[in-house]
Amino acid sequence: MPNETVPAGTAPNKTASRPASGSSLGLALLGSEIRTLFRRVRTIAMLGALAAIPILLAIAVRVTSDGGGGGPAFLGDITQNGLFVSLTALVVAIPLFLPLTVGVVAGDTIAGEAGAGTLRYLLVAPAGRVRLLVVKYLATALFCLTATLVVVVVGGIIGAILFPVGPVTLLSGQTVSFGEYVLRLLLLALYVTVSLLGLSAIGLFISTLTSVPVGAMAATIVLSTVAQILGSLPQLEFLHPWLFTDHWLEFGDLLRTPLSWESFGNNALLQAGYIVVFGFLAWGRFSSKDILS
Amino acid sequence: MTADPLVATTELAIETTGLTKAFGRQRAVHDVDLAVPRGSVYGFLGPNGSGKTSTIRMLLGLTQATGGQIRLLGSRMPDDLRSVLPRIGALVEGPAFAPYLSGRANLRRLDTADRDAPGATRKSRVDEALDRVGLGHAADKKAHAYSLGMKQRLGIAGALLMPRDLLILDEPSNGLDPQGTREVRSLIGSLAADGTTVFVSSHLLSEIEQMCTHVGVMSAGRLLLQGTLDDVRRQGVQRVTVVTPDAEAAQRILATLGLEPELLPTGVSAALPTTEQEPERLNAALVAGGVRVRGFSVSGATLEDRFVDLTGEGFAVAE
Repeated sequence: MPNETVPAGTAPNKTASRPASGSSLGLALLGSEIRTLFRRVRTIAMLGALAAIPILLAIAVRVTSDGGGGGPAFLGDITQNGLFVSLTALVVAIPLFLPLTVGVVAGDTIAGEAGAGTLRYLLVAPAGRVRLLVVKYLATALFCLTATLVVVVVGGIIGAILFPVGPVTLLSGQTVSFGEYVLRLLLLALYVTVSLLGLSAIGLFISTLTSVPVGAMAATIVLSTVAQILGSLPQLEFLHPWLFTDHWLEFGDLLRTPLSWESFGNNALLQAGYIVVFGFLAWGRFSSKDILS
Repeated sequence: MTADPLVATTELAIETTGLTKAFGRQRAVHDVDLAVPRGSVYGFLGPNGSGKTSTIRMLLGLTQATGGQIRLLGSRMPDDLRSVLPRIGALVEGPAFAPYLSGRANLRRLDTADRDAPGATRKSRVDEALDRVGLGHAADKKAHAYSLGMKQRLGIAGALLMPRDLLILDEPSNGLDPQGTREVRSLIGSLAADGTTVFVSSHLLSEIEQMCTHVGVMSAGRLLLQGTLDDVRRQGVQRVTVVTPDAEAAQRILATLGLEPELLPTGVSAALPTTEQEPERLNAALVAGGVRVRGFSVSGATLEDRFVDLTGEGFAVAE
């Protein structure tokens, strides 16, 4: 075959085809990973399920017009002010639904690629093992933020449609404007996102242990439940500060004036500890692992 | 590239010394010394379970060798993995894709994993690779809708996203129809003509025989032999085939000369003893004996003969 007819880019030209520069950080892989994750039907379905929480909640309250008597925190406030739908939905989603979806995404990170066989091709590309872990973790973290925002934003919208909206009374008694309240809610979403980062790191680590993604997902979700159960046992009080779920519901500080950052800081520190420990474990496991799938 | 051993040792695309992989007490790969000359098309043969894929996994840094050294394109593996692997395209143990993405999206994703692959040309390189394996029309179908043959083609396209100096293809014809097999063969031929070294594992002996310049034969984790295709075939038993209407007479004459001829519909055929230096002497004897010889040929052993000689017959998977 004469050289002219060979399609460009297929002739082995060692010097010309290897740019030293280019995308040295390789951010393209992160972009590709995020696109892949958020275009996946499963991801969209999970976000849809999360969006259904505030919608079902608001409709149930509207239809029965009964906010009083039991139910999750802030439920009774919804009829007075639709903006409380977001808050109630978050309280409902934090113990189970959010960890469930995060467990699915985090558990799938490496195990999903291994199970599908695509892991070997990514590594031969070469994606780089550490780079792949970092990219997978960042995409999972973005999912945590998106999932939380879906609950908050959908809650705000459905609340505004079904209920009167007005100035909101904070937990500390002061009344804040709509704009200030939205800011507080975004802060709250950030708090919940940070809360889920430790769990994401655990899921990433578990995901490096297996090539069965469902196993990694289930293990991650079970761990989040176990941690919450341990956290509810007063006999294990000594253990509580070390549980990644310990601060999950302590976002009340963000709904007081003056705004206290203490629980935010404590939570962030705890989650950072989990990220470091389990990130290190994932790295230790994955960087030397024989890829046989 | 020729059989010249001096040239071969100075210009090796793949070189392993004492390569060993143990899983527990079992050795999947045992003391393998591969020497794949640059520019060659190297057929890596062996029955199922003989350690071909285990070897390839070590070459590509997917698994760690229990012992021995690997050099790819002159660089040490896995130490120089990051600089070497972008120059290598690979198909390992069958193609694999995210089933929920289209063929095109799968290739694009794979391309972003390679830091050396420029984003500016990504689209055109992906399209080119798809066209090259004849998948241009199915590029936007989801990968789960692909047939095995289409997946195989997509896998090969993935290996061709960038210009490569070395292609490591594990069973590239697996699942392809005869047409596809032919296309793969001609694709490998054109890549080799461009100077790309191709290391192709297969158990399809006739495939290997048609496209390879060199072969290596694995069995039970060991590399039993390697060399140029001609060398390997020459080591085997040659056969003499006589086309004649007087088959019985030819059979009798050849038998008196110490051969063990078999009757064929068109004549006789016999394995040539390794001591036999002059096959034409046989022809002379046949003619002298009144046999009407219409054709007389001496052929080297087929690769299949050699393969069976070396690895034993039967379908049993090696322990």
